[in-house]
Amino acid sequence: MNDLMNYFEPIMRNWYIAVIAEDRWKQYLEGLGRTLLIAFCATLIGIAIGLVVAVIKVSAANGNKGIRPLVWLCDLYLTVIRGTPVVVQLLILYTTVFAAMTNGTPVAIIGFGLNSGAYVAEIFRSGIMSIPRGQMEAGRSLGLTSGMTMRLIILPQAIKNILPALFNEFITLLKETSVAGYIAVRDLTKVADGIKGRAFVSEPLFVAAIIYLVLVVGMTQVQKRLERRLAKGDHR
Amino acid sequence: MITVKNLQKAFHGNQVLKGINETIEKGEKVVVIGPSGSGKSTFLRCLNRLEEPTGGEIWFEGVNITDKKCDINRLRQKMGMVFQQFNLFAHLTVRENITLAPVQLKLMTQEQANQKAMELLQRIGLSDKADSYPNQLSGGQQQRIAIVRALAMNPDVMLFDEPTSALDPEMVGEVLELMKQLAEDGMTMVVVTHEMGFAREVATRVLFMDGGQILEQNNPQEFFSNPQNPRLKDFLSKVL
Repeated sequence: MNDLMNYFEPIMRNWYIAVIAEDRWKQYLEGLGRTLLIAFCATLIGIAIGLVVAVIKVSAANGNKGIRPLVWLCDLYLTVIRGTPVVVQLLILYTTVFAAMTNGTPVAIIGFGLNSGAYVAEIFRSGIMSIPRGQMEAGRSLGLTSGMTMRLIILPQAIKNILPALFNEFITLLKETSVAGYIAVRDLTKVADGIKGRAFVSEPLFVAAIIYLVLVVGMTQVQKRLERRLAKGDHR
Repeated sequence: MITVKNLQKAFHGNQVLKGINETIEKGEKVVVIGPSGSGKSTFLRCLNRLEEPTGGEIWFEGVNITDKKCDINRLRQKMGMVFQQFNLFAHLTVRENITLAPVQLKLMTQEQANQKAMELLQRIGLSDKADSYPNQLSGGQQQRIAIVRALAMNPDVMLFDEPTSALDPEMVGEVLELMKQLAEDGMTMVVVTHEMGFAREVATRVLFMDGGQILEQNNPQEFFSNPQNPRLKDFLSKVL
């Protein structure tokens, strides 16, 4: 019994230092809030960029030749974003484009948003391409413009393929934001790392890991339910 | 109503239509037949520019629709099209399928369009399916609704691209019957099909296409009983 106590006591003490001492749990919550804020806002930006890029790419694939310069711009964006590490992108944004900004959080939102847009574009593109060509032709044959057909016929059908993948992207992004500390954002990881340094215990990193894990597992459950709901309403 | 002048279409250097000249008058029922790959579907799809012609001109109701400045969307409102694969909008009910375009294009209010849809559905005996989704219907029902969807726009001409080719045999009849009614009502029709019986019975003129050209045309009587072109003779001997 005594041995057991001797074994557990230091562990309990370290966890106490990591979480409860000096109200440190508040710091984790703050960091978590910032992590969620960045991931959420960046996903919204990513959706906006991704939708525009995907529609341009699809409409070019359908033979619209008037938008070649836009397509070129989109391809450049996709290549650069997917071809470089997100940390480097963040650092460049932080030190050059937004050098005047001392608060790193908005920079992180924009940076992760720009990054996510390149991947969301692919999600939208494949979602749109999964809808049979005849749907677009039928819409156009009735006199609808390509924009109307996209909005009223293609996207409402494509969304069923897009939503689950978009949710995946959000989960990925949530984990990726852990590098926001590189541009001095006190997100969950950065907070945990800071506490580790000050308290000389490694437990804060486990605290962060557990929080991420709970979030991701929880969201995966939501995603599964969402997928089932969408499949139920499938009229095809 | 439709005048085609030296119409050409090439896909990546492959010449599919090699200069077609044709005039279709109001009230005509023109049936286009020919072997696979003869260009008959491409010809039909060029008429409303679902395929972009690579040469020649198409005039519809006095407007050159191959002119880049022409508002093709406005003209398509007057040219109904029916596809081999029906292409009903899978996420919309039958009623919504029929009313979407007239309402969105501000040709009718939702109430007017709903009323029109019900009239049309009643006419084809499918008014009880107004709130069904396309995948709950048989192929024949879907194709008849696709025809009605095009009719809801009050088109001046109807283009049919092999409308019965994707149907189970027992459903071909109901679709052809509806097309026949349409013809009797005086609709101008251009029909690409393999249904020789329909061509014989309904067409005012039959065109035979092969190798991207119209090789022969005649009234159905002469066309089937007294073919001139050796390729047409060969084709008819195989399909009749």
